[in-house]
Amino acid sequence: MPRQLIPLVLSLITLGLVSCGKTSAPNSATSGEMTVLIGASNPMTGPQAHLGKDNENGTRLAIEDANAQGMTIGGKKVKFELVSEDDAADPKTGTIVAQKFVDQKVSGVIGHLNSGTTIPASRIYSEAGIPQISPSATNPKYTHQGFKTAFRVIPNDTQQGGELGRYVASKIGAKTAAVMDDTTQYGQGLANQFEEAAKAAGVMILTHEHTDDKATDFQAILTNIKAKKPDIIFYGGMDAQSGPMMKQIRSLGIPAKFITGDGGCSTEFLSLAGTSGEGAYCSLPGMPIEKMPRGEDFKKHFNAKYGEIQDYAPYCYDAVMVMIDAMKRADSTVPAKYLPELAKSNFDGVTAHISFDDNGDLKGGVITVYQLRSGKWVALETLGAKP
Amino acid sequence: MDIFLQQVINGLVQGSLYALVALGYTMVYGIIELVNFAHGEVVMVGALVGLSVIERIASRGDTGWGVIAIGVLVAIPSCMALGLGIERVAYRPLRKAPRLAPLISAIGVSIALQQMAALIWGRNYLHYPDVLSNPQFHIGGAVITQVQLVILATTGILMLLTWLIVQKTALGRAMRASAQNPSVAGLMGVNVDRIIALTFLMGSGLAAVAGVLVGTYYGVGNHTMGFMLGLKAFTAAVLGGIGSLGGAMLGGLLLGVIENLGAGYLGSVTNGTIGSNYSDVLAFLMLIAVLVLRPSGLMGERGSEKV
Repeated sequence: MPRQLIPLVLSLITLGLVSCGKTSAPNSATSGEMTVLIGASNPMTGPQAHLGKDNENGTRLAIEDANAQGMTIGGKKVKFELVSEDDAADPKTGTIVAQKFVDQKVSGVIGHLNSGTTIPASRIYSEAGIPQISPSATNPKYTHQGFKTAFRVIPNDTQQGGELGRYVASKIGAKTAAVMDDTTQYGQGLANQFEEAAKAAGVMILTHEHTDDKATDFQAILTNIKAKKPDIIFYGGMDAQSGPMMKQIRSLGIPAKFITGDGGCSTEFLSLAGTSGEGAYCSLPGMPIEKMPRGEDFKKHFNAKYGEIQDYAPYCYDAVMVMIDAMKRADSTVPAKYLPELAKSNFDGVTAHISFDDNGDLKGGVITVYQLRSGKWVALETLGAKP
Repeated sequence: MDIFLQQVINGLVQGSLYALVALGYTMVYGIIELVNFAHGEVVMVGALVGLSVIERIASRGDTGWGVIAIGVLVAIPSCMALGLGIERVAYRPLRKAPRLAPLISAIGVSIALQQMAALIWGRNYLHYPDVLSNPQFHIGGAVITQVQLVILATTGILMLLTWLIVQKTALGRAMRASAQNPSVAGLMGVNVDRIIALTFLMGSGLAAVAGVLVGTYYGVGNHTMGFMLGLKAFTAAVLGGIGSLGGAMLGGLLLGVIENLGAGYLGSVTNGTIGSNYSDVLAFLMLIAVLVLRPSGLMGERGSEKV
């Protein structure tokens, strides 16, 4: 063999050994420690990268905490390992990531962040029998496809849109409203639920306009809305749009109030909307972090490592912990074995007491409405069933 | 009527920004027949450099148009250097290569710049500091803000200036000559390489101004902001007739107004079946219609003077 080839061959052999070791690790019975892969899929690039990073951090924190506890499952010491992927908030990429997770044989998936990516991916996980817990997908359809593997630890939009629609009528006292959405499964779904509930509560819907989740210019749509003189404008979509939108609403001289769902309820919205955002309303599923059962502790714990919480980090933390809790009770990390236990979860999480209904939706979820006052989101009221 | 007026005003402002960026596309295309797909990214870099400078000054408590002006003044040389660098590294070595090669190299530069910007400024949407009080003026029921007025005025002046340079100066004559026939222009003593570099310099300078104006107008900056803007500006350049200065200006303004009127009236005209989200579709349908009837664009003429 020519001398130059020796290093090449050697490195190929090592590579082969390493990759063998990797694939067989989750099931290896010989070693004392077992590595359990947990997939996390979030948009790490594009307009929602900040939320994706936040989710990843929440997930990672939970996995680190679980590892620190030093768990034994099925008689073996368990080490959880995070496999984080970027789905770019794009439904197509989401399914590719899902397939990758299936091929890697992850034991469970925390994600995805968006309803638009979560729903198409959920079919792939369901077919592979891998449990999936979304920390933030709120579109009702996700858990209503008959998949046994789909769970979420956040109330859905039937609830969020419904509560918001009623809130606008009863507490804000709006008689007329204009609705806008970003034509994603999340944004449009939430806007439709809002529209339905607001109509039922006696609010007249003057118009329903659409934009997309990459736009920054909303002047044309807003000018249309201005002509209709609504009391309030509802936007179903994310902060990267609602922030600049808020600015344009004020610079066009539209006096209407503004309300948006959880996608706009972030610290990012504050800086993007600037002073124009004053008085805006938003809602987040769940309690305000201060009122969550173990919210304060989590906040301190998270801030020390990653800084400010954007939105869903606590939900990601809970999603991981619920999953691991089910593995512990089943005494197995094999999806088929712990899935039935996951469905029977009864877990005291950071965000709430977590148990699932037959669909995999969170039982007894609540919605909190916030208002932007002197540059800060202030919790006004928590709506819905008390946990 | 006031709504119509408002849509037209919004359209003109948006369109003038398209036009400013489209000038960069059209000038480069005029001279070396290359669609410089990295041009949108130059705009993005201009916006983000401007943002950093403005933020630095604003944090000391200074406000007003002076701050924006300083941002522009720093962004212009940065973008010019970038434009020159792109031309030198990615296009000049490929000057004699088949036409597809520099096009692919342009797309590569575009992706590289986006990722570089993501490394420098992060992936978050950045907030453009509020340094302007931005008073509003009312014209017949429509609102026009000071920022919009300044955008219209600045782009108007810059377009006029570009036109004057190209049409009335010796440099402009050399540019037009290089566009018509680079080898003959070279024989007449025109340093074609230098002229091409200068074209990139001018286009990038305009892009820097456009970037800071876009940032100030919408209040956000992000490493992906140049992509769609570049695409729209390129569309505007094609609509007006790529290679023609007047075409880029007309195309930009037209595209802006069509988009806004489309978003404003599609919904009510079609009774809600086609909503405002179809305004882009309308804009591109217009483009197709123009190209079918006049393949060289509105103001482009086959064999006429380019640049």
